Amino acid sequence: MSVALDRVSKRFGEFTALDDVSFRVDEGELVALVGPSGSGKSTLLRVVAGLERQDAGVVRIHGEDAAPLGPGDRRIGFVFQHYALFRHMTVFENIAFGLRVRPRRERPAGAEITGVVKDLLQLVELDALGGRYPSELSGGQQQRVALARALAVQPRVLLLDEPFGALDARVRKQLRQWLRTLHDEVKVTTVLVTHDSEEACEVADRVAVMHEGRIAQIGTAAELGRGAGNPFLESFLGESRGTTSPPNRVNYH
Amino acid sequence: MTAPSIASDSRVGSTRGRSRGGSGRSVLPGVRLTLGFTIAYLTVLVIVPLSTLFARTARLGWSGFWDAATAPRALAAYTLSVGTSVVAAVVNGVFGLLVAWVLTRYRFTGRAIADALVDLPFALPTAVAGVALTTLYSQNGLIGALFAPHGIKIAFTPLGIAVALTFIGLPFVVRSVQPVLETLPKEIEEAAATLGADRWQTFRRVILPALTPALVAGMSLSFARAIGEYGSVVFISGNMPGRTEIAPLLIMSKLEQYDYGGATAIAVVMLLTSAVILVSAGLIQRRAARRAA
Amino acid sequence: MATTIVPGARQHGLPPGPRTQVHTAAATNESALARRALIGVALAYLFVFLGLPLYVVFQEAFRRGLAAYAAAISEPELLHALRLTLLVAAIAVPLNVLFGIAAAWAITKGRVRGRTLLIALADLPLAVSPVIAGLTFMLLFGMQGWFGPWLRAHDIRIAFTVTAVVLATIFVTLPFVARELIPLMEEQGVTEEEAAVTLGASGWQIFRRVTAPNIRWGLLYGIVLCNARAMGEFGAVSVVSGRIRGQTTTLPLHIEILYNEYDFTAAFAASSLLALLAVVTLAAKHLLERSHHAARARIIQEQEEKGS
Repeated sequence: MSVALDRVSKRFGEFTALDDVSFRVDEGELVALVGPSGSGKSTLLRVVAGLERQDAGVVRIHGEDAAPLGPGDRRIGFVFQHYALFRHMTVFENIAFGLRVRPRRERPAGAEITGVVKDLLQLVELDALGGRYPSELSGGQQQRVALARALAVQPRVLLLDEPFGALDARVRKQLRQWLRTLHDEVKVTTVLVTHDSEEACEVADRVAVMHEGRIAQIGTAAELGRGAGNPFLESFLGESRGTTSPPNRVNYH
Repeated sequence: MTAPSIASDSRVGSTRGRSRGGSGRSVLPGVRLTLGFTIAYLTVLVIVPLSTLFARTARLGWSGFWDAATAPRALAAYTLSVGTSVVAAVVNGVFGLLVAWVLTRYRFTGRAIADALVDLPFALPTAVAGVALTTLYSQNGLIGALFAPHGIKIAFTPLGIAVALTFIGLPFVVRSVQPVLETLPKEIEEAAATLGADRWQTFRRVILPALTPALVAGMSLSFARAIGEYGSVVFISGNMPGRTEIAPLLIMSKLEQYDYGGATAIAVVMLLTSAVILVSAGLIQRRAARRAA
Repeated sequence: MATTIVPGARQHGLPPGPRTQVHTAAATNESALARRALIGVALAYLFVFLGLPLYVVFQEAFRRGLAAYAAAISEPELLHALRLTLLVAAIAVPLNVLFGIAAAWAITKGRVRGRTLLIALADLPLAVSPVIAGLTFMLLFGMQGWFGPWLRAHDIRIAFTVTAVVLATIFVTLPFVARELIPLMEEQGVTEEEAAVTLGASGWQIFRRVTAPNIRWGLLYGIVLCNARAMGEFGAVSVVSGRIRGQTTTLPLHIEILYNEYDFTAAFAASSLLALLAVVTLAAKHLLERSHHAARARIIQEQEEKGS
């Protein structure tokens, strides 16, 4: 399922978060959105999800205008930076949630739900933890549960909003590699928002750099490393071009 | 070592700043003094008065206590007190949740006034509330007159008592739930939406469980206050033994007859009931909160 | 963090509260119809249960006109009851303020064992019915009480006097200031005070110059609540005062007497005074709450930034 934004704009009061953005993600692609705070990357993600409504422009999922659809109908999976797990439910119940709230007619049988959840637990390598509560898990484990939960409803598009931002550096590195492997296996169209340019270049097929509500440049990690004459991009992508990283690496928070 | 006095200690890093006596190391001055004052104050004003209850009960002896505590009139009073307090707590639970939701989630004219008004039962003297409610719900009161033609009497019936208890317990649930609702992360509602839940499902499965500890806390506070309430109820109840006499009124009645023993017995039963309610509510709360931690 | 609070943006003209997250997105809002219905029901509920009783007080007070109201207000017995109420509050509130400050200091600035017990004891009067509170004082000072014989022998009377009224009021209003100060001072921590100690300040100086300014709003808030309760206390005072007209009747008791004598205008006229006090209390509470919460929110924010 492809995702396309056609001249999308979004304002919050007097602040312009998205300024006439056009952007496309091909089916099965993993695209990363990078940029400093306020550049609009999270807003873009939320507009695609239907969690924010754009002021102008069209969002198309698989060619169809997504405007009449709410976030529950767009068949998207959303993973939040702070996991947003349902703390009073077990891991199992969290993952099963999307299936259990389906209208009667479409709801799978209990045994089927159990099967799906078990498979997903295996996929995210948390097999034995189905009965635990989120508060009993580490940050990295919680994020994997969040991912499993999003995948349970078989989304057409997977949206990840700074998914590793709340985790420590070592776990972040592990999980980002794991995410890439997972993507190669599951092949869902994925958009990843991150402030970490290294992460973006390592994980994504293509990287889009955002600045002040616009996409400043978009291309593969290699292309971006080569062609930038823009001072902003220079400073931002300095280290991914292979120059020895200076002590203070550019990292936008 | 002399206890440091607040006024005189001024040495830098002096050991006089430390309190001794097994209460742990404390660098700040004045702790011993304030602690001593606090303990003395509490002893004289809380511990001693409350212990007279148990002393007096002991004097009654077990059979005396049992007779007084389980007399028919007393039993009727307990039933009435507990029954009306439960009704009030439940009504406050439902509507308090609604009010908290509306005040937290929506913006509308008069919101600030409504929010401030919620505390009226805390601020208004119980006697004033009592006479006002009685007038309001009596046969020719503003509200009572609406029900009179249908043969429904509110004042001087258990219904009137329940109404009064609802009034005084109203703020507890609202004020318990509001802070939790205010800090509920918006992300979990969004997560539920992206997973396909509609608004009602999200409320029932995601939001409400998160509010349960606060709701339980608020309802149990409402209940505890209602059980012991006197001023707001004494006017509207009509005070008929066996019919509209709640426990605090019964105690007052016995006091007027100088039956201190009887009054004490009933007071002890009331205290034990409150204690059980508050402790169990605390347990439920803690269990639910532990999971949400 | 998902960009709910965008730097430099105003969220649709609303000032962001310390922790409130404004639900601007359509996905997490109810339909306009549902919203209006819920607001309507909530407001109707508040109107019926809170608004009407308050209204009735004034309606009844002025039922017979302004002249009758004025006459009732200026009755000597009522004035005496009012004076007594003010006197009792003037004694009980400062004492409980002193207690509140002392208890909060001892519990939060010193690391005392048994702080849970102390806090529970300080909270206890709230869990006790006012009638039971009054009963305990009668058991202490009444004729058959612990001190009864001793008091009689020394010709001291406490029960059925103003002293008893004051004592009962102190008991009932004891928790209010402490309950505000303890969590507040707990959150503020001891670092500022410790810094002051290293700089050579005495205990009193530390309190006056370092602690007091920080607890200003919480203290005022507690005083407002404490005072409202002290002036309005009815059940406990009912038991210990003996209701001796003109001597030990506080304003709430006086209202009861008037009401039982069917002198409704006078009863509600007296009630209107206390109702006005209640409204002022609510306003003061609301205004103080803002500063109080803003101060606490600032502290929490600072702590988060420091990563403590």
